[in-house]
Amino acid sequence: MAIKLRIPTPLRQLSGGAAELAVEGRTVGEALAALEREHPGFHERLYDETGQLRRFVNIYVAGEDIRFLQGLETPLADGQEVSIVPAVAGGSPRAV
Amino acid sequence: MTITTARETPAHPAGNAESRLVGLRCRECGRRFPIEPVHVCDFCFGPLEVEYDYEVLRRTVTRESIARGPLSIWRYRDLLPVESLADTGWRVGYTPLQPAPNLGRALGLKDLWIKNDSVNPTFSFKDRVVAVASAKAREFGFDTFACASTGNLASAVAAAGVRVGLKTYVFLPWDTEPSKILNALVYGANVIAVKGTYDDVNRLCSEIADQCHWAFCNINVRPYYSEGSKTLAFETAEQLGWEAPDHVVVPIASGSLLTKIAKGFGELQQIGLIAEKPVRISGAQATGCGPVAEAFERGWDAIKPVQHPDTIAKSLAIGNPADGYYVLKLVRERGGAVRAATNDEIAQGMHLLAATEGVFAETAGGVTVAVLKKLVEEGIVRSDERVVAYITGNGLKTIDAVAPVLVPPPLVEPSLEAFEALLAGRAAEHRLEL
Repeated sequence: MAIKLRIPTPLRQLSGGAAELAVEGRTVGEALAALEREHPGFHERLYDETGQLRRFVNIYVAGEDIRFLQGLETPLADGQEVSIVPAVAGGSPRAV
Repeated sequence: MTITTARETPAHPAGNAESRLVGLRCRECGRRFPIEPVHVCDFCFGPLEVEYDYEVLRRTVTRESIARGPLSIWRYRDLLPVESLADTGWRVGYTPLQPAPNLGRALGLKDLWIKNDSVNPTFSFKDRVVAVASAKAREFGFDTFACASTGNLASAVAAAGVRVGLKTYVFLPWDTEPSKILNALVYGANVIAVKGTYDDVNRLCSEIADQCHWAFCNINVRPYYSEGSKTLAFETAEQLGWEAPDHVVVPIASGSLLTKIAKGFGELQQIGLIAEKPVRISGAQATGCGPVAEAFERGWDAIKPVQHPDTIAKSLAIGNPADGYYVLKLVRERGGAVRAATNDEIAQGMHLLAATEGVFAETAGGVTVAVLKKLVEEGIVRSDERVVAYITGNGLKTIDAVAPVLVPPPLVEPSLEAFEALLAGRAAEHRLEL
């Protein structure tokens, strides 16, 4: 699936300044793995040493926090938007 | 939105051996940062917390040194992240810890105490955290002191600005109780009403904080601000004769108060001022905005934000509590619970506290009493435990909320006969009820 990944300002130094990146992935986990392959450095910012998504990073698919969907297994539709949003001051898609 | 985050110091500096403030530390990944007005880790976006050198504190802080201090939060200044005190004439904290035998009897508790923070300078516990934040803001050289607020924080900030000479800007949801808006305006603050929920206000303030270089309590000076809540635990222990209670019940808005009360008891133990004891902690929310209560009851690790809070307990109406996760972890570790109270139960709780102990608390206090009642009924708070319930604000701030459970007074003609008839009628009703 062709996915639009929205990159928050504090992580844009890793995406070469891009606010949005196109990646391939059938699930959120696959999309984030693709992100790391194309722009190394994201993985350690998004995941802790145990391989869990960091507590203060939220991932939204269609406005829903993936923690209340299927987590990293959340399936993605073609052309869907996935937002990475640091959980600062009540992080939500509108915060970016 | 730009986010101002801290840059990690490459190596932790040794510093002065007697320096009690080590720096800021990320609660999630442990990275360290210098003492600066920042609140988010630039690596993992976790919250930053003030770190102290407890070895130094163990040597320098004693029960006697505290007892020599003022009758305010500043007797605990060594455990607070402030180097210079701006206004020691402003008596914040050191509020009554009163035994509550009548309320205890009504709820089935043998050893209940009320920590009565309704009597602070602006009539809520926020004066504590704001005293620390405003002193720190001055130390950092800010000229404007600001906050996002559900009401109590706004008046505390407004008054503190007057006391320490800072301009103030306070941002409130548009549907905050009118009395709370007036309560901030009267001190001369710049009050901004925002068309949204508290979470919308908070988000807006994050953006403003980046732009305007103001000291925002719950944003860039949050790590310092939040430390003020530890004083509720310090005072509780000191007032109980240097001993922690068995179980504390704390209302939850952002969750900061509950986590810092736990930290306070922990620090006293760490520096040897009280015996080691894992204080049991329970939390109280309102059903109309109870994301932490819901997560607790469902066994979740993450908090599902409430999009449209709907409760008379507006001071607790934070749909996305920043410290929610830490509250869940703490309460579960300590064997407590988080429960929620309905609007009716909240009003009944306010009335019960006033009618049994003479303390008139705002809706958050009603929440705390109502949830305490549930916790006792469920056996989570045991009848023989020493329990402290934290009453965080004054009832005059939310006076309308208690009206539904009170009977309006009768109207009598201005004659003795009319009054005697009323009394006779009441006596007859009473006989019928028996």
